[in-house]
Amino acid sequence: MTTSPHVHDLGMPGTPIDARIQQAIADSVDSQGEKQTALKAKDMKTDQEVRWCPGCGDYVILNAVQSFLPSLGIAREDMVIVSGIGCSSRFPYYMNTYGMHSIHGRAPAIATGLAASRPDLSVWVVTGDGDALSIGGNHLIHALRRNVNMTILLFNNRIYGLTKGQYSPTSEVGKVTKSTPMGSIDAPFNPVSLAIGADATFVGRAMDSDRKGLTEVLRQAAEHEGTALVEIYQNCNIFNDGAFDLLKDPATGPMWTIPLVHDEPLVFGPDSASCVVRGEFGGLRIAETDQVDASEIVVHDATREDPSYAFALSRLSSQDLRYTPMGVFRSVRKPTYDRMMLDQLEEARTEGAGDLDALLAGSDTWTVSA
Amino acid sequence: MTALEPSTTPGSSAPGGLVKSVVELDRVVIRLAGDSGDGMQLTGNRFTSETATFGNDLSTLPNFPAEIRAPTGTLPGVSSFQLHFADHDIMTPGDAPDVLVAMNPAALKANLADLPGGGLVIVDIDEFTPRNLAKVGYATNPLEDGSLEGWQVVSVGLTSMTLEALKDSGLGKKEAERSKNMFTLGLLSWMYHRPTEGTVRFLERQFRRKPEIAAANIAAFRAGYNYGETTEAFAVSYEIKPAPMAPGRYRNISGNQALALGLVAAGQRSGLPVFLGAYPITPASDILHELSRHKAFGVRTFQAEDEIAGIGAALGASFGGALGVTTTSGPGVSLKSEALGLAVMTELPLVVVDVQRGGPSTGLPTKTEQSDLLQAMFGRNGEAPLPVIAPRSPGDCFDAALEAARIALKYRTPVMLLSDGYLANGAEPWAVPAVDELPDLRVEFATEPNGAAADGTPEFLPYLRDPETLARPWAVPGTSGMQHRIGGLEKADKSGNISYDPANHDLMTRLRQAKVDGIAADIPATDVDDPTGNARVAVIGWGSTYGPIGAACRQIRTSGREVAQIHLRHVNPMPADLGEVLARYDRVVCPEMNMGQLALLLRAKYLVDVQSHTQVRGLPFRAAELAAVVQDVIDSTAPTGGTQ
Repeated sequence: MTTSPHVHDLGMPGTPIDARIQQAIADSVDSQGEKQTALKAKDMKTDQEVRWCPGCGDYVILNAVQSFLPSLGIAREDMVIVSGIGCSSRFPYYMNTYGMHSIHGRAPAIATGLAASRPDLSVWVVTGDGDALSIGGNHLIHALRRNVNMTILLFNNRIYGLTKGQYSPTSEVGKVTKSTPMGSIDAPFNPVSLAIGADATFVGRAMDSDRKGLTEVLRQAAEHEGTALVEIYQNCNIFNDGAFDLLKDPATGPMWTIPLVHDEPLVFGPDSASCVVRGEFGGLRIAETDQVDASEIVVHDATREDPSYAFALSRLSSQDLRYTPMGVFRSVRKPTYDRMMLDQLEEARTEGAGDLDALLAGSDTWTVSA
Repeated sequence: MTALEPSTTPGSSAPGGLVKSVVELDRVVIRLAGDSGDGMQLTGNRFTSETATFGNDLSTLPNFPAEIRAPTGTLPGVSSFQLHFADHDIMTPGDAPDVLVAMNPAALKANLADLPGGGLVIVDIDEFTPRNLAKVGYATNPLEDGSLEGWQVVSVGLTSMTLEALKDSGLGKKEAERSKNMFTLGLLSWMYHRPTEGTVRFLERQFRRKPEIAAANIAAFRAGYNYGETTEAFAVSYEIKPAPMAPGRYRNISGNQALALGLVAAGQRSGLPVFLGAYPITPASDILHELSRHKAFGVRTFQAEDEIAGIGAALGASFGGALGVTTTSGPGVSLKSEALGLAVMTELPLVVVDVQRGGPSTGLPTKTEQSDLLQAMFGRNGEAPLPVIAPRSPGDCFDAALEAARIALKYRTPVMLLSDGYLANGAEPWAVPAVDELPDLRVEFATEPNGAAADGTPEFLPYLRDPETLARPWAVPGTSGMQHRIGGLEKADKSGNISYDPANHDLMTRLRQAKVDGIAADIPATDVDDPTGNARVAVIGWGSTYGPIGAACRQIRTSGREVAQIHLRHVNPMPADLGEVLARYDRVVCPEMNMGQLALLLRAKYLVDVQSHTQVRGLPFRAAELAAVVQDVIDSTAPTGGTQ
C-alpha cells in the first residue's frame, strides 16, 4: 500500500479544466490569495450547529474526518462532499468545503457527474445504509463498476434513524422494529460483499469509535484512484443502540474482529489464537492457530486482481457480527472513468477543437443565391 | 394533388426511343410503406436528402412501430415514411399521400385508406403471394379482385428486378433482396427528377467497409432509375421546381439533430463544457447518439444507469460549472421529477429535454403527442416552478435549445424543453446560421465574497440574488473562499443555510416563483400572425402544431376568411402581452395533441373562453381537418361591428 504523503485521490491535479472554470478559480486566487493547504481540523468546521442526537456515532466520524482531511494537503475549496438523505447525509453542512445535500439515494449519481466533469476535484460521498443500499442501490453499484474517482463513506447503523426506527437493508433477520413488530424477514445485505460483487476497486470497513483504524482506512481510501467504498459501522444510540457492541466491547471485540493488515497473516483474538485459512471451493474459514501449520494461514493481500479472495473474506462474518474483518479488503488499480472520459475528449481533439461552423453545416449543404 | 392543371411539357427521349412526357406539379406527398425490415426509413431519408439538395421545400413524417422487427409481413410490422415536397414553402408533411409505395400486402392494407381516390399506388407484385396475402387477411388478391379500382395501380416486380440486377453481384438471394429499397428509390428518383449523386456518395460512405454491399445497393439504385426511364409502366415523370428560399446556405435537418447541435452551440456560445446525462429512451435517444459524437467540442456524454442518474449526474456537473443537460421522454420525466425539484431548490442551470411521445405509462413510444405539458409545468412535489419552452419545427429545435440554455444559465434554473416525436424524427430544410450571429450565452461565475459576517469578515452568500433577474450567484468548486453547501432542504434567504422558519419559507417560495415569472420580461412579445389585423378568431398553439395550424390558417384565408395564428414558444412564463392579445379576439381556438392542457392553462390564467380542439392519434393534425374546425368557428361567430 502506498502511503505517500502526496495523495492522488484528491482529484487528479494538473488535469485540464475548462477555460471558463479555470479563469474563475484564477480570479478567486487573485482576489483572495493562494489556495491554503496547510489546514487544521478547526478549518474544516462550519458555523452551523451540528444537529445529530447527543451520543450519535456520527459525531465521532465527523471529528475523525475533520482531523484527518487536513493531512491530505488539499485546499478546502477543492473538496466536494455530496450526500443523500438520512441522518448521515447532513454531513456536508458541517464541513467547510463545497457540498450538496441532495435527494434520497442519488448522491453517487450526482457525484459521478461532478467527478467526471471536474477530475481536478476531490469528491466525497457520504451516505447511509438505507440511502446507499435501499433507495440508492442502483447508483451505488454502477458508481463502483465504473470506477469514478471518488470516495464513498457508507455509515451503516443497520436502522432507519431519520424516519424513526424502521429496519434497514442491513438489519439482521428477526429485527423487531416499528415496521416489523414480529421481526424482519428480509435477508440483509453485507455492504462489503455487495461492493466487491460490483467489482469495486477499493473496499474497506472501519468502526466509528476506532479513530486510529478509521483514519487509516480513510487515508488509504483517499489515496485510491477510482471509487473507494468505506463501510463505517456507526452506532445509532436512539433506535439501534449497541448494535456493534460485540465488536466494541474490549471483552468480546478482539475475539470477533479480524484486523486486515496488508502482507500480514490473518491471525486474531486473544493471544492470536484464531486465524483464517483456506476453505473449500475457494472460500476461507476460521481455524485455531495452534491447530494449523503456519504456512496454511492466509497472508492478507488487498491487491489481488481477482475479487474472489476479498469476497471470501467478506463472507467470514455472520449477520450477528462474529468474525468481522476490519480494514481494507481490496485495493486494486484500474483506469478511472473520469480519466478515460478525459482521454476520449483529448483524442477527439487531436486534430484540433471542434469547428462549430463546419458542424452546423454538415456534409450536405446547398446554397440559394440572391 | 394541388396541381390541378398540370402543364404537360414535351418529354425527354429515353434510350429505348420511348418518348415520355414531363408533368409539372407544385407539390407532391409520397408515402413509402413496407415491412420494418425493408429499410423504409432509410429510403425515405435518402429521398428527403435528394429533395433537399434539389431545393424543394419539404417536410417529413416517419411513422414506425415500437417493435424493432415485428413478424415479417404483418400489419403491426408496417413502417412508413411520408414526404411532402413543393415548389413553395410548406408547413406540414401533408394530410394525405398522393402516391403510396407499398412494398407488401401489409403495407398496402395499413395505408390504403389514407390515399385519396385516384391516387397512385406502386406495389411490389412479387410480394403479393398467397401466403403474404393470407397473413394480413386478404381473402383474394386486391391487385386482381377489382378492389383497387378507385386508384391508379402500378404493379412492379421490385424484388425480382432487384435480383435480376444483382445476379452477377455474388450476393446470395436473401442479401440481394435487401437492396429492393434502393431499386425503389432509384425508380422514384427518376419519377421526380431527383439528383442521384448524393445517394451514390452516401452508399459508398455507409458501406465503406463492405464494398460489395455498397456496389450492390448502387447497382440496384441505378437499375431502378433506368427501369423508370425505359419502362412503359410509367409514361410520365414529374417536375417540382425548387422553392424560392431566402438566400443562404441550407441543409436538411431533423428535430433531434437540430436540438443536439443547438446544445453544442450553447456550450460554445457560453464557453461552458456541455455535460449530458441520459438514459436511452425512444424517441430521444438520437440526441444522446449525436452529442456523443461531438467530444471535440468538449461535450461529455454519460449514459447513466437510469433516468434518475442521468439528471443527477447532469445536476452534479452543473454544480461543477458545466452546462448540465438531460434528455428523455415522458416516462423518464416521471422518474426525474424529484431531481428536478432539487434543481429548482439548488437553483442550478439545467436543460431538461422531453421528446414527448404518446402516453400515459409506456403509451405509444414511437408516436407523437403533446401530453407532457402539465407534467412539465407541475409534475413535482411542492411549489416548483420552472420555465418551459417548445420548438415549433424540426429546424427550430436548434434555436429552442439555445434559448433553453440561455434561460437556464442566466436565471440558474432547470428549463424544460418540450420537443415531440414528430419534431424529433421529422425533417425540413434549415438555413445554416452564422456562428457569430448566435446569441452570446456567457455568464459570470462568482469569484469573490458578496457579503460580510457580523464581525465584518467577508463571506459568500450563495442565495443573495441579482436584483434584476433574481438569479443566485454561481460559485463553482475550486473557487477559493466561496465554499458553500446547497441541497434540497429549504434555504434561508441570502445565506442558503438550512431554515425551517415559516416566514422564510413563504418568502423563498415566492422568490422562486417570481424569478421564473420575471423571465416574461426577457422574452419576445407574443407571435401573432394576423395579416389584415381584422381577424375575429384566433388559433393558438404551442410546439409542433405550428405547421398544421399554419397550413390550416392559409387554407382558411384562401377561402376568403380571416383568422389569426398565435404560437407560443415560451409556455412558461408566457409572453407578458398574451392576455391582452387574446382579449382582442372574439373567439380563441386551441388545437392540441392532448386533452386540452394549454387550453386549461390559458383559461386559468387569462379567464378566456378558449375552445379546445384535441386529438391524440399519435400523428400530427391534418391541416384540412383543422381548417374545417376553425372555419366553423369563424362562420358561427356573429358579425358585429368588430372589436378593433
